Amino acid sequence: MFGRLTLDALPHDPIVIAATVFMVCVGAATLCFVTYFRAWGYIWHEWLTSVDHKKIAIMYGITAFVMLVRGLVDASMVRAQQAIAVGNSAGYLPPDHFDQLFTAHGVIMIFFVAMPLMFAIINAMLPLQLGTRDVAFPVLNSISLWLFIAGAVLMNISLTIGEFAAAGWLAYPPLSGLAYSPGVGIDYYIWVIQISGVGSLLSAVNFVATIIKERAPGMTLMNMPIFVWTVFASMTLIIISFPVLTATLAMLSLDRFLGMHFFTSDFGGNPMMYINLIWTWGHPEVYILILPAFGIFSEVVSNFSQKRLFGYRSMVYATIAIMFLSFIVWAHHFFTMGAGANVNAFFGIMTMVIAIPAGVKIFNWLFTMYRGRIDFRTPMLWFMGFVFTFTLGGMSGILLSLPAVDFQINNSLFLVAHFHNTIIGGVVFGYFAGISYWFPKIFGFKLDERLGTYAFWCWITGFFTAFMPLYALGIMGATRRMSHYSDPSWQPFFIVAGIGLVIILVGVFIQFVQIAWSIYKRHELRTPTGDAWYGRSLEWMTASPPPVYNFAIIPHVHGHDPLWARKQYPHPSIPLYTNIELPRNSSVGIVLAACSLALGFTLVWHMWILAALSVMGIIGAVIARSFVTHTEYILSAHEVARIEARSNAL
Amino acid sequence: MTHAHTLKDNRTLFGFWLYLMSDCLIFASLFATYAVLRSATYGAPGARELFSLEFVFLETVILLSSSFTMGLTVYFAHKGKRALMFGLLALTFCLGTAFIALEVSEFSHLIQEGLSWERSAFLSAFFTLVGTHGLHVLCGLIWMIVLAIQLALPRYHEIVMRRLICLSLFWHFLDIIWIGIFTFVYLFSFIV
Repeated sequence: MFGRLTLDALPHDPIVIAATVFMVCVGAATLCFVTYFRAWGYIWHEWLTSVDHKKIAIMYGITAFVMLVRGLVDASMVRAQQAIAVGNSAGYLPPDHFDQLFTAHGVIMIFFVAMPLMFAIINAMLPLQLGTRDVAFPVLNSISLWLFIAGAVLMNISLTIGEFAAAGWLAYPPLSGLAYSPGVGIDYYIWVIQISGVGSLLSAVNFVATIIKERAPGMTLMNMPIFVWTVFASMTLIIISFPVLTATLAMLSLDRFLGMHFFTSDFGGNPMMYINLIWTWGHPEVYILILPAFGIFSEVVSNFSQKRLFGYRSMVYATIAIMFLSFIVWAHHFFTMGAGANVNAFFGIMTMVIAIPAGVKIFNWLFTMYRGRIDFRTPMLWFMGFVFTFTLGGMSGILLSLPAVDFQINNSLFLVAHFHNTIIGGVVFGYFAGISYWFPKIFGFKLDERLGTYAFWCWITGFFTAFMPLYALGIMGATRRMSHYSDPSWQPFFIVAGIGLVIILVGVFIQFVQIAWSIYKRHELRTPTGDAWYGRSLEWMTASPPPVYNFAIIPHVHGHDPLWARKQYPHPSIPLYTNIELPRNSSVGIVLAACSLALGFTLVWHMWILAALSVMGIIGAVIARSFVTHTEYILSAHEVARIEARSNAL
Repeated sequence: MTHAHTLKDNRTLFGFWLYLMSDCLIFASLFATYAVLRSATYGAPGARELFSLEFVFLETVILLSSSFTMGLTVYFAHKGKRALMFGLLALTFCLGTAFIALEVSEFSHLIQEGLSWERSAFLSAFFTLVGTHGLHVLCGLIWMIVLAIQLALPRYHEIVMRRLICLSLFWHFLDIIWIGIFTFVYLFSFIV
């Protein structure tokens, strides 16, 4: 019944015990809080079962920030270990724990911070920018959210019960095979990613269908805001690449559960195949994350320069070019594996080619700013930081794309510095720009400007202090993922990197304070018109926060920047409201997620009977849902008029 | 059928297409892996020694005819001939079940000979690719049962046609995947 789960699985290490106690206390405190205020009904009806894209966005965002804290704790522990573990000192962490930390750090930051932040921003803004009332499949959207949260919960369970993977964030076999990782860590890794991965795939299907089928009348593809274009490219990449991840991890789990030999080192298995497959997903994944960030920057630059985006068409073509190219560069992650000079040359050249569309984008942004009336608010600061940092990261990427150079610095800290340079400088700064830009749209008040500026400066100085030493260390020969090293001349660099992380942590702390302070001061920071930044696109046309139906009257679009056009040539008209059909709440997402969580957990611990029951639960929930007929309700024109009048009176 | 419903049909069918394309990529990964591991037999018999073309031909004929009957089901559903629709859906279900039965017998036969997926990388890839297809067919069969109930109940009248078309898309998609399996797994083993 309980498979291999025994009391031994509970934590013994004092650090893990402390973390467990902390997690349990926070959880218990939250439950008590909600119960004390009798808020269960409210939370269930207004949030947990909600299919409103704006609320789903907020739930993604909250989960991402919670997981960000965990990812940062992991990073801090890694930095602390490397700052002291030199020569005779072994540091404070045993190697196995250290390996779990950097694995968890990578998995959390990519799957549970970057991905949900991206989905938060897309969910919040995509329907508004398209001028539509919701995504194409609102219930599916809620299912995606809850599958993602189930993955996040399983990830945190692994901290307490058993262990997490210790084989790096992509779990290369044969190390991740049963022979070398017999414990539950890799199984947790597999099911955490499978469950949240299905959620991501369903989201992508949903968003592509929304973009293709749900645009406001008159909005041709070439009239869409550039953010929508980048989302379209990014979601297409998810639809193409996430199935490969699912299949690859499924094969790894078949190796581990059924004794198959896909990636084992005997019986004809081929570990190289895994590495090819995982990077067929892994390389597009970085573009999945960065493309929406590019879209956000395009919106921000255009808005805060008070100019139309320079080179809209070239921006679209560059986005599509990056989308295609991202699929033919995967082998640059393992030049040293011996595919041969010709193969390496092909992938090296293709990698360099990506710099061209990326460069097009950079120049488009710079030309948008040129002779613009630039307003240096926080979103624009993040953009300026991004241009500088990301360009630097791109250049170190060009260095790595040369196979001959790569042979020297492959898997060194130079690589670690490179990808943090692009992911923090590009993805993280991009999403922060998006959050500070669109926060007033979703919540109705702006984030405090002064604290935002402080957070930005902490992040950028912290980033350079933390990662420039790693470039140097990589060139000096330091490989990644070392729990101990013997050369004492490296230590000062690691200490400086640790100081850099502390500065970043201060920045994150200021961001949390910024949110709390802005909520406290929300009446002063309120944006009464809904148009917080004198915007250009449709999302600024409706109230902030938007009503549940987004637009009382679906706007008609003629060309780019439709709201800007309306401001130049206003057409006052008397609104004529009609009945609006809206999706009803559904608990199917939360039920499916609970069953999937149970399935993941029981498979990890080999509880086969309970796993079979979980599968039946999933199938049963889907079938039961298919028998529900009244999935929509009507909001009467009278009611719409009342809501509109109230928001206009503000 | 109202205008709003046509819009929803469009949206759902397009979304379902996207899902099918992503599923296609899962099979693409399994096909690629099979191609790489095909010769990794590790001393165990390879494809040419294991497969019988007559048996696979039977499987193929059954699955392809089930696709034909599924097409007819949708045709008669559009025509409003409900008796024929139910009859052909039942026939499709029987053919699908027969296909699964044949596949299970092939698998159990191999396992009894000591040639399970644990024997070699080639067999792992074979069982996974063909088994994943079989699992999809099984899902299709469960779907047919659920849909048959909903077809029979009047309250699902407005949405059930859309679901039937999705099911038929799914079923034809599995047929195309099977043609890939038939060609690359079975036929190629006798040519190359």
